[in-house]
Amino acid sequence: MSGARVDFGRRVLVLRRRRIAVRLDRRSAVVCALLTLAAAGTAALALTTGSYHLGTGQVLAALTGGETGLVHDIVVEWRLPRVAAALIFGAALGVSGAVFQSMLRNPLADPGIIGFSQGSYTGALLVILIIDGGYWQLVGGALAGGMATALAVYVLAYRRGVQGFRLIVVGIGVSAVLESLNVWLILQAELEQAMAAAAWGAGSLNGVAWDQVATGGACITVLLLVAGAASRPMRQLELGDDAAAAQGVPVSSTRLGLIVVGVALTATVTAASGPIAFISLLAPQIARRLARTAGITLVPAALTGALLCLVADYIAQHVAPTPLPVGVVTVILGGGYLGRLLFTEARRRL
Amino acid sequence: MTALALRRDDPGTVPVPGSRRRSIGLAVALGTLLLLLVLSVMVGSTAIAPSVVWDALFHPAADIDQFAIRDYRLPRTVVGLVVGVALGVAGALNQAVTRNPLADPGILGVHAGASFAVTVAVGLFGIRDIGGYLWFAFAGALIVTLMVLALGSTRQGQSPVVMVLAGVCVGAVLRGAGSALELTNPAAFDAMRSWNAGSIVGRPVDLLWPVLPFFAVALVLAVAVSGPLDAMALGDELAAAQGVRPAVTRILAIVALTLLAGGGTAIAGPIAFVGLMVPHVARWIVGPHQRWIFAYSLLLAPILLLASDILGRVVMHPSEIPVGVVTAFVGAPVLIALVRRSKASGL
Repeated sequence: MSGARVDFGRRVLVLRRRRIAVRLDRRSAVVCALLTLAAAGTAALALTTGSYHLGTGQVLAALTGGETGLVHDIVVEWRLPRVAAALIFGAALGVSGAVFQSMLRNPLADPGIIGFSQGSYTGALLVILIIDGGYWQLVGGALAGGMATALAVYVLAYRRGVQGFRLIVVGIGVSAVLESLNVWLILQAELEQAMAAAAWGAGSLNGVAWDQVATGGACITVLLLVAGAASRPMRQLELGDDAAAAQGVPVSSTRLGLIVVGVALTATVTAASGPIAFISLLAPQIARRLARTAGITLVPAALTGALLCLVADYIAQHVAPTPLPVGVVTVILGGGYLGRLLFTEARRRL
Repeated sequence: MTALALRRDDPGTVPVPGSRRRSIGLAVALGTLLLLLVLSVMVGSTAIAPSVVWDALFHPAADIDQFAIRDYRLPRTVVGLVVGVALGVAGALNQAVTRNPLADPGILGVHAGASFAVTVAVGLFGIRDIGGYLWFAFAGALIVTLMVLALGSTRQGQSPVVMVLAGVCVGAVLRGAGSALELTNPAAFDAMRSWNAGSIVGRPVDLLWPVLPFFAVALVLAVAVSGPLDAMALGDELAAAQGVRPAVTRILAIVALTLLAGGGTAIAGPIAFVGLMVPHVARWIVGPHQRWIFAYSLLLAPILLLASDILGRVVMHPSEIPVGVVTAFVGAPVLIALVRRSKASGL
């Protein structure tokens, strides 16, 4: 295409370096930059706020190694892992939701739809209430529960291939069974244990420390790279199964791969923090509206997810009258946002 | 079937095909329901012979088995019957109105509203007895359904999809607020974990009296809108051409279903799948004919509820599983089987 200008219908930025050229959508790039700035600002706010208030100077000094003792411990050992966890986990949830929404071509899809959240909660409940296990057993239980559920839903929905609608309905059915199983398990437990389990089930970043952030972060990085590599067949699948197959995309295996990546991302987050609702649902939608892209895009979804999770955790910790699990705040904010969206869209159609 | 009938010269004298089969099915369902009513009184932590049941009803005496029947099993059975009828008809109305094969009264915010109101009653007002919750739950269900209705309506009327989404949003916000209250208030948490399971145990029959008039009104409304709803299955425009007013029909149907689902939920707590599954099965048996679907739902739903309740008493004998848990376990496989059939039953 020497010399010819291609009209993409949107303003683009082209970065050229000898043999590699990258084309960026200009609005998306600007939105991503702004989201990063907002996340950085919120992170700074989260690092300074708390029962022990710190100035920005102190925080900066602690981050660069200029502080020792209590201030260092508060910033580096307590608040920073939580902020990092919120950012990384939020990004993972955002991408996970983007993958599912693109794959099922349904703006309300996320891994929760194939029963993952309920399944991991069941696994965790069994560990907490029956074997009274420690942290790693909890992680194992949650992962096993979530994965087994996702697999069961996939297998039950499989009938000469997996079709989006059937997957959703089977997911609803299996989730409902697990939900009532969870209700029953909670009902059998001692009150204190049941409340601890319910707090985990709401999704909370309480007690997240560096080793969980490191383990989770490593898994998430790998999975995000895989998701990035899969973004092209993902786009082709959005055209419909037949069109994608005509373009040479192996439909069934690609869809299975996307399910695995999406579930694995959510699984990693759930293992560390419990199921945090609504971020995977909303982040891709908010990102799409901010960047005004036609379809679901991964990078803006990741950044939006990170920002959402951090803001929600800040509200849960510092704005709510008593500290709450972050999942409680994301549910309220998510429902509210969805409602507002619905309201404005319904009015626009008049 | 309508199109077929219209082509005949004199549709009035031709018997509707399958009408006899439907009547026989209805009689079988009624028999099953009566059998379950008796079983529900007999089966439990101790099995009671039919003769003792008979005596307890007609020759009362100061006998321990008779007390068990009059004070526990009988109220439980009656509550199960009434709640089942309410949830079944509510489900049938709901599927007819939203024309969504997955529509459960739960999605219109009935469960979320009732549950949140009970959380507030326990957490903020310190109300502890089920009679006290009842009005909170009923009011919560009605108010939230109205909110969902307002949010899901456009100036031209209500779109099924928007309505379902509105239910999801309102439900999420209330669930979040409710769990914030529960997680910081052990008493509320403790009350809610048993209420949320959905059960017909420990509800005195007196609890039913204030709700029954609402149910009666709602059932009359349901019968009244069944014809217009059939016409609306072809689309609002065609229905309007036949002289039906879709907006009015829809509002009446929603009022009826809210009263039924709200009242049922207020008494028993959220019971999953009855309102979803029963109308599907009814439609499967009788085809797209609203009045028959209502009649079948009216009988099949208490059958399902009572059978689930009996199952819940037997499975982990002598301890019990709440009926709401059992219905989910029974209902979900049916839902999955339905959607795995080659032609998923669309509405």
